[in-house]
Amino acid sequence: MTGFFAILQRDLRLALRQGADSVMVVAFFIVTTTLFPFGVGPEANILARIASGVIWVSALLAAMLSLERVFQTDYEDGTLELLTLSPVSLELVVLGKALAHWLTTGLPLIIAAPLMAVMLNMDPAGFGVLMVAMLLGTPALSLIGAIGAALILGARRGGVLVSLLVLPLYIPILIFGAGAVEAALLGVSAAAQLQIMGAILLLALAATPFATAHALRQAME
Amino acid sequence: MAVFSGSDLTCLRGERLVFGGLSFAANPGDAIMLRGRNGAGKSSLLRLMAGLLVPRSGMITWDGESIHKDRVGHNARQQYLGHQDAIKPVLSVRDNLRLWAQLRGVKDIDAAIDTALHALEIHHLSRTAGRYLSSGQKRRTALARILIGETQLWLLDEPTVGLDRESCAELARLIADFRAKGGIVIYSTHIDLAVDDPALLDLDEFAIPMVEWLQDQDAHEQDADPEYDLDTDAPQLAVPSDRQGAAQ
Amino acid sequence: MHRFAKPSVFLKITAPILPWLVGATVILIASGLYFSLIASPVDYQQGATVRIMYLHVPAAWMGLFCYVGMALCGAMSLIWKHPLADICARATAPIGATFTALCLITGSLWGEPMWGTWWVWDARLTSMLILLFLYLGYIALVNAFDDPERGSKAGSALALVGAINVPIVKFSVDWWNTLHQPASIVRVDGPAVDPSMQLPLALMIFGFTGYYFVVLILRVRLELNERRIRALHLSGMFDDNGENSTAETKPYDPSHNAEASQ
Repeated sequence: MTGFFAILQRDLRLALRQGADSVMVVAFFIVTTTLFPFGVGPEANILARIASGVIWVSALLAAMLSLERVFQTDYEDGTLELLTLSPVSLELVVLGKALAHWLTTGLPLIIAAPLMAVMLNMDPAGFGVLMVAMLLGTPALSLIGAIGAALILGARRGGVLVSLLVLPLYIPILIFGAGAVEAALLGVSAAAQLQIMGAILLLALAATPFATAHALRQAME
Repeated sequence: MAVFSGSDLTCLRGERLVFGGLSFAANPGDAIMLRGRNGAGKSSLLRLMAGLLVPRSGMITWDGESIHKDRVGHNARQQYLGHQDAIKPVLSVRDNLRLWAQLRGVKDIDAAIDTALHALEIHHLSRTAGRYLSSGQKRRTALARILIGETQLWLLDEPTVGLDRESCAELARLIADFRAKGGIVIYSTHIDLAVDDPALLDLDEFAIPMVEWLQDQDAHEQDADPEYDLDTDAPQLAVPSDRQGAAQ
Repeated sequence: MHRFAKPSVFLKITAPILPWLVGATVILIASGLYFSLIASPVDYQQGATVRIMYLHVPAAWMGLFCYVGMALCGAMSLIWKHPLADICARATAPIGATFTALCLITGSLWGEPMWGTWWVWDARLTSMLILLFLYLGYIALVNAFDDPERGSKAGSALALVGAINVPIVKFSVDWWNTLHQPASIVRVDGPAVDPSMQLPLALMIFGFTGYYFVVLILRVRLELNERRIRALHLSGMFDDNGENSTAETKPYDPSHNAEASQ
């Protein structure tokens, strides 16, 4: 576990020193969300109807936007090479990086989400479920996204490419995340959706570090 | 039986044949200097030794066991210095080194970093952020990294780049100390580094013209399968006969 | 000649098969088209538009078949590191993407008279659309690297990850959509399609599969030959530099290799 904590500590320290990244992700999320009322009109009931979907789509895009830097800078300055040559499990290093990514992007998004829900006139009954669903969904976004971020190392136009690779894989999280909020707004239990999201998160936790570590080793060849 | 050795190594990068039939052997206290023109494969060989690359053919062994069998074990006993210094501009020199000390499981991290910084005479920079370092100071920080942790093998790819004459002498002394403790040093360099009688490995000797190699491979396949007929649509190597003669 | 994927072995195995495969494919598709367009009954509800099914269903089958094939190639590339697996996966992707697109287009054409709209967010159509996105992502990734081999390897990893995801995507889309038709080809209680429609459908499915293998063999051959040519270029043989290009008896200069390879 030394690798996990060492890399987590280093990445969080880096994020603190160059703090603009997290702020930018949240700003992107807020700006994207505010675009929708301009697109569909300011009627309160329409906005309330689409609020959960809009928040989830914006969160997906915001999380995806920050993926490129998960490994890219380390790849460019030679750090990644040394990480693969460190006497620790690369899978745990990957897990540490994914956790750092979530703490610096997913967590701020969860905090910002209720604010946007209020602005989109969402029924307060859905707030709790929205936050729980994001708590389960956003770590999976970071874990799955890390695979994409590792695969594009050394590619041309990596930023656009990563969105093409990762967004189709995000669809289940979007469906169940938005579905959970929808259910809560209808007054039905959202337990089923939340359980499936939990299952997706566990699966991602178990499987993605291996895929990402494999992709990183390939990138080093 | 040498401690660290490689036999009959062939290295392909992408689809390019870098070298073939290369062997080396090193015992504790040895130093090997890699020589060769640009593209001869000095960096590739060091990356093979580090385990970043897998040889196309041949084996690299430590104490008789392939380094790919126990990657974590091999990583624990080696220090690799590549072309890049891997220094984060926003972290101080000490924080930059701290990660590597943690990953190596060093017990007293601050003491180890202090020792390494003193050895390279950059202790006064320990609180300086990476972005304010000159390229020589960055290189010395990278060199300080390889002093942290107990290792038996140094793989240094052009360690002298960006270093002034005094620092080169410093590096030579560090290498001598490391060898005296039984370490193996394998390095490539463009300038003379005052290392005591290193073994020379000239990679130009192992450059195989690709045409010959391809023909060789084809010949092997046809030997193995006498029924193979030279069908016209099979992409045999259409080497002009005069060239073929010249290549052999 | 591992890295160059034993082209002679591949060619040796496929060369005698190819003509037979081409013949079988032509016969299967020709007879399939005859039975589906001329000799099959008209659906009592849908009229002649039901004939779109004979393209639509085999195309959907091929879209899935090719993705499974790519994922298997990805697994083989991961386990045995055989470059031929990467090449096969790479050669399969555009074929699979084309079939998937064909499935979506025929589905849309079929939907217009059936549902009165070009596109419905039907669960199976939506899943196929996401499958098309997965194909496009794979193709984009494979072609995004300067070193084609690196691209193929990254692609194989992606194909595997995608294959694990496909059932999850399918499940979630099914869940999301409540307006889908029940599956009609494979059911526990036997096919619900009229027996007179089964023959042309089977012929078309086998014909499409045969077509896939023909194109796969041709594409893999092409790729192997391209690699061969690149290798020869790197070896400095085609040095079209003034007098060299005349291929006179110029002694081989080993430094060509070193310089060309930079």
